[in-house]
Amino acid sequence: MSARMIADKTVKYILFASAIISIIIVLAIGFFIFRESIEAWTELGVGEILFRTVWRPGQDQYGILAMIVGSVSVTFGAILLGVPLALGCAIFLADIAPSAVQSVVRPAVQLLAGIPSVVYGLFGMVILVPLVRKINVPGNSGYGLLAASIVLAVMILPTIASVAEDAIRAVPENYRHGSLALGATKWQTITKVVLPAGKSGIIAGVILGVGRALGETMAMIMVIGNSVIVPKPLSGNPLTFFLSQARTLTGNIAVEINYATGVHESALFATGVVLFGLIMIVNASARSIIRGQKFIEKAN
Amino acid sequence: MENRTSEIALIHKAQAQNLKKEKTRQDFWVAVMWLFGLITVSILVLVVGYVLLEGVKAINWEFLTTSPKGGLSGEGGISTTIGTTFYLVGLTLLVATPLGVGAAIFLIEYAGEQSLSSKFLRSLIGVANFAVETLAGIPSIIFGLFGYALFVSTLKFGFSLLSAALAGACLVLPTIIRTTEEALLTVPDDYRRGSLALGATKWQTLYKVVLPASIPGIITGIILSVGRVISETAIFYVTLGGSYRMPTSVLDGGRTLALHLYYLAMDTRAFDKAMGTGAVLVVMIILINLLIDLVSRKLTTGVRKVQ
Repeated sequence: MSARMIADKTVKYILFASAIISIIIVLAIGFFIFRESIEAWTELGVGEILFRTVWRPGQDQYGILAMIVGSVSVTFGAILLGVPLALGCAIFLADIAPSAVQSVVRPAVQLLAGIPSVVYGLFGMVILVPLVRKINVPGNSGYGLLAASIVLAVMILPTIASVAEDAIRAVPENYRHGSLALGATKWQTITKVVLPAGKSGIIAGVILGVGRALGETMAMIMVIGNSVIVPKPLSGNPLTFFLSQARTLTGNIAVEINYATGVHESALFATGVVLFGLIMIVNASARSIIRGQKFIEKAN
Repeated sequence: MENRTSEIALIHKAQAQNLKKEKTRQDFWVAVMWLFGLITVSILVLVVGYVLLEGVKAINWEFLTTSPKGGLSGEGGISTTIGTTFYLVGLTLLVATPLGVGAAIFLIEYAGEQSLSSKFLRSLIGVANFAVETLAGIPSIIFGLFGYALFVSTLKFGFSLLSAALAGACLVLPTIIRTTEEALLTVPDDYRRGSLALGATKWQTLYKVVLPASIPGIITGIILSVGRVISETAIFYVTLGGSYRMPTSVLDGGRTLALHLYYLAMDTRAFDKAMGTGAVLVVMIILINLLIDLVSRKLTTGVRKVQ
């Protein structure tokens, strides 16, 4: 075998090794995070961690239910605010905006995706939190679910908008032509034909947005207040729920990991395991919805 | 007959009314969609504009060229954090680029080969693709935890550039793989056949023909990754230590711009300096987006030339 043939084979094996490195990393992430969390699961018990709301490292109480509720609540708030805006933006970009306008709005959406989360966090602290504080309810500090949901809604907007736009664009032009030829207006065509046809991609975009929201860390720490409490309305008005402070799973890890030791540290890894599990379920469901379609790659 | 005509007239009238109603409804909703597009752009203008305008007040030559001095009011500038950011970006890409490009080449160019017909290898490639997708969806704090457990603690690299770069490489790996894959897919098969027909080996073909043709795509992936490392905070918050001195070796800790912003805002409440740091970050991200636009435009014209 000539030298260049040997080189050819060697290179192939090297490339093969780099191709499977992703598998190794995913397995290693699962392994190390789970390994570090074993101490907490065995010493405290699964129930004590998952179903207790009291997190007091000083007294060896490590319930993360409050953080689970916090993460879910802020994600819910962000979806509530962000999805209509993102879908509107996607419909606008795909079917309504003239191309000159598209070439302004689309880079804007891309840039929104690129802005560092600490910059969003800072903006939230300096602008949103003082605004929210003006709402006159006893116990309202400005920091809390409302400010965090607004920040998070903006952060997940690009993910949802770009996946949804792709889904809408993937609907064949013939569908639109057929509907218009039957005498439907453009808007009827969009709502009755295009959106139903692109439904699975749009839903996948929303779910990917949920994954993004659950995983966001620094911006959440900066505006959500970080109190370990199950969020509840501050007054008789149920809407004041969103003025309550909270802590997310991600924030719990980041705030405490640098000084935690022993069971405390292990409990933070257990928090990571729960977060990892949640995200895997969310992303897997998005993936199963759009199996065979290419939207997911763009979102990531 | 009389009756019939008036019935038809009624129907026409109803149709005209219905059309008018639908037209009004359409006008309304189209206006709403325009509003949504406008809101999105306004949000960007508001955030970027505010950070830039407020940040500029804190930025001067001294701010950019002196190192942070710590203290409760966040004294000093940001010089070492800029240096650390570039150091970390370089180190992360040094790890991630060869791995990512190599993985993409294998997944696109070799995965369909006849000699790979063994069932085990085929399923391994399926799993590899799945792993890339999974990596792309993992939140950065999980990479941080992983880096902390493996690189900082188990391998005893400590809070250091090395630990941070290795964890950061996991974050940008899927980006580099996906963009490189896309670039490889745009290279016409004729190129490969032509080169193979001339007697070149597969690797010679890839190295001399296919890779040069996909350079703009690979560069796009690298620039995207630069942006992600500059923006990333959570991973480095738990792996990089946070010292504001300039690292002199890969085993030293440090503080990137984004991390510095976080410490300023949360620990010192020096919001003016935090805004200044934020403005520097935003300018970097804008430049990176412009650069990507430029390169991808070059990519499309390149492909057009080919066809």
